[in-house]
Amino acid sequence: MRDVAVIGVGVTKFGELWDRSFRQLIAEAGAKAILDSGISGGDIDAMYIGSMSSGRFVGQEHIGALVADASGFSHLHIPATRVEGACASGGLAVRQGYLSIASGVNDVVVVGGIEKMNDVSGEAASETLATAADQEWESFFGVTFPGLYALMARRHMYEYGTTKKQLAEVAVKNHSNGALNPNAQYQRPIKLETAMNATMVADPLGLFDCSPVTDGSASIVLCAADKAKKFTDKAIKIIGSGQGSDTLALHARDNLCTLEATVYAAKKAYKQANVKPSDIDVAEVHDCFTIAEIIAIEDLGFVKKGEGGKAIENKITTLDGELPVNTSGGLKAKGHPVGATGVAQIVEIVEQLRGTADKRQVKNAKVGLAHNVGGSGATAVVHILEAM
Amino acid sequence: MKDIGIVSYGAHIPRFRLKTGDIARAWGKDPEGMASGLGIIEKSVPSADQDVATISVEAARAALDRCNINPQDIGAIYVGSESHPYAVKPTGTIVGEAIGATPLLMVADYEFACKAGTAAIQTCISMVKSNMIKYGLAIGADTSQAAPGDALEYAASAGGAAFIIGKENIIATINETCSFTTDTPDFWRRAGRKYPAHGGRFTGGPAYFKHIMSNAKNLMDLVKTKPEDYDYAIFHQPNGKFPVKVAKMLGFTYDQIKQGLLSPYVGNTYSGATMIGLASVLDVVKPGDRIFLTSYGSGAGSDAFDITVTNKIKDMDRKKAPLLSELIENKEYIDYAAYAKYRDLLYLE
Repeated sequence: MRDVAVIGVGVTKFGELWDRSFRQLIAEAGAKAILDSGISGGDIDAMYIGSMSSGRFVGQEHIGALVADASGFSHLHIPATRVEGACASGGLAVRQGYLSIASGVNDVVVVGGIEKMNDVSGEAASETLATAADQEWESFFGVTFPGLYALMARRHMYEYGTTKKQLAEVAVKNHSNGALNPNAQYQRPIKLETAMNATMVADPLGLFDCSPVTDGSASIVLCAADKAKKFTDKAIKIIGSGQGSDTLALHARDNLCTLEATVYAAKKAYKQANVKPSDIDVAEVHDCFTIAEIIAIEDLGFVKKGEGGKAIENKITTLDGELPVNTSGGLKAKGHPVGATGVAQIVEIVEQLRGTADKRQVKNAKVGLAHNVGGSGATAVVHILEAM
Repeated sequence: MKDIGIVSYGAHIPRFRLKTGDIARAWGKDPEGMASGLGIIEKSVPSADQDVATISVEAARAALDRCNINPQDIGAIYVGSESHPYAVKPTGTIVGEAIGATPLLMVADYEFACKAGTAAIQTCISMVKSNMIKYGLAIGADTSQAAPGDALEYAASAGGAAFIIGKENIIATINETCSFTTDTPDFWRRAGRKYPAHGGRFTGGPAYFKHIMSNAKNLMDLVKTKPEDYDYAIFHQPNGKFPVKVAKMLGFTYDQIKQGLLSPYVGNTYSGATMIGLASVLDVVKPGDRIFLTSYGSGAGSDAFDITVTNKIKDMDRKKAPLLSELIENKEYIDYAAYAKYRDLLYLE
């Protein structure tokens, strides 16, 4: 397998973008990444686009070709493929791009992720997101994602004594980081009491335990590592890529307090990268709900199972902590345009490893990890990156 | 436009009130959270025999009670509402007949979501200005609809106000008016449907705030004023939060808007909202006071007015008709069950 590097990154503003269309967003993120990388259209061998449900959100399928077209590349006939894995669509698109270069088929690949979620009502958005759960055994009985993650949170509280305050601390930390990210949907710090006393969504998860509905797009340019120098001197290497899957329905799992797909994907990625969890300097993890971040830092091996809540409380994962997690603001504060999230996580890690994360910069960050989850954990993808 | 303005005004608000908390309880929501989140304590509810025609007649009669004009001198009546009792058959003819203004009279009903009343004022201004009529009667009134359980149910209420526009004995000069209009589908009710639909959070930034901010700035540019030049300001009030926020964004203080801010006590009277706000301000003004008014109607548009109170206000006995403070205080609480009955939410066979 050939080594692969990220040579360009681009991201749009995340938020309620009423005045921007689906194709404007993806074209903007792609153009930014391409400009950042130093490549030109003729250099691109393939494109991979992650989007969970463009058909339900904006009524548009067939977006592989659309993205190439909207980017002005239709005349180049670049192979463009859409990748879908619910909220992990972006991470999977990154992995497909990575594999296509590692295998030797392609040299330069543009990866995009997008979701435009605010063009439908909140109810329609919830219903669309719920299609990522098991329709026959979960959604048809009325469960939506806040309910599924609430089940995990309750069990985690029961098994390990995790508290509502610890959940709230995740939101406080991520809002504090989001306040330093000009592209984040929410750029204001919040108080612990605000998160603790917020409107109940699915007990024990309140409004501030849930990531928002977001419009946004992110893009990266991948290149065979030995050819990266031709375009840029700020390439960041992908040293590990792992993907795992699990039962679609939450109730079919042996353990509600762990996402086995994450454990599997992380194991593969760590092994390939030849690093340990303790070698990671900065991580972007999938905090679609606050409990998800607590479970993620356990499953990724940053802390022992059951100690995630305590680690949050002890500020281990804050910007100036031992292992800063979700410096971008995470899904909670940066926003969660589902198909874009996995790509945006890579963008943040690349910024951190390049040393260009501005006020969010983690000192001496050399190795970073991005963790993207689909559904309640039926799909997980982990990437480990290193400064070259 | 120096000589054209408001000759008289009157308002009406139905007596029944339903508390925001009671609506929240009916739907299993947090009563205090809903009330504080919307900034609405309670809303007015029309009784079974009240509709836009009766509210308009009450408001028009109140306006006539405060002045000495002959109803036969009213040359035009325009009633703005999104809940006209008839889909086909004007509300304005009922009002005209009730106040004795028929038959040499121009009448039409208006609809522009929550700003049809201010659009009626603009029409009357231009007709008076062109000498087509001596006086024009502009009314904005609603018994607004909301689907049971919808977010709108906490605000949709009933009320209205009437303004007689003319050149003689004006208590307030309308110095300038302008509008800002785009095709923005934030809120609508399709023909034949009982309840309106809306675009959720889309009704905020790209709709209410964009149109009011743009139009308010346009008017201040036009008449070369700043927020501090005004004694009172009235903004459309779909809830108790938006008008406070938009005032702050434009540089107005809470003291400037509080007299015209009635939504916390009566809810959103739609076409009546800025109209009763203006009536409440006229209840207390003195000569020389300057008023800034900006309405908003979904769909979407905004009408803005720059108004100066004249010396004639001293000659008007404003107590000849109920003041807004009296209309707000004259209330009787009902529960959600009575509300469901009066608002025809029950399925009966």
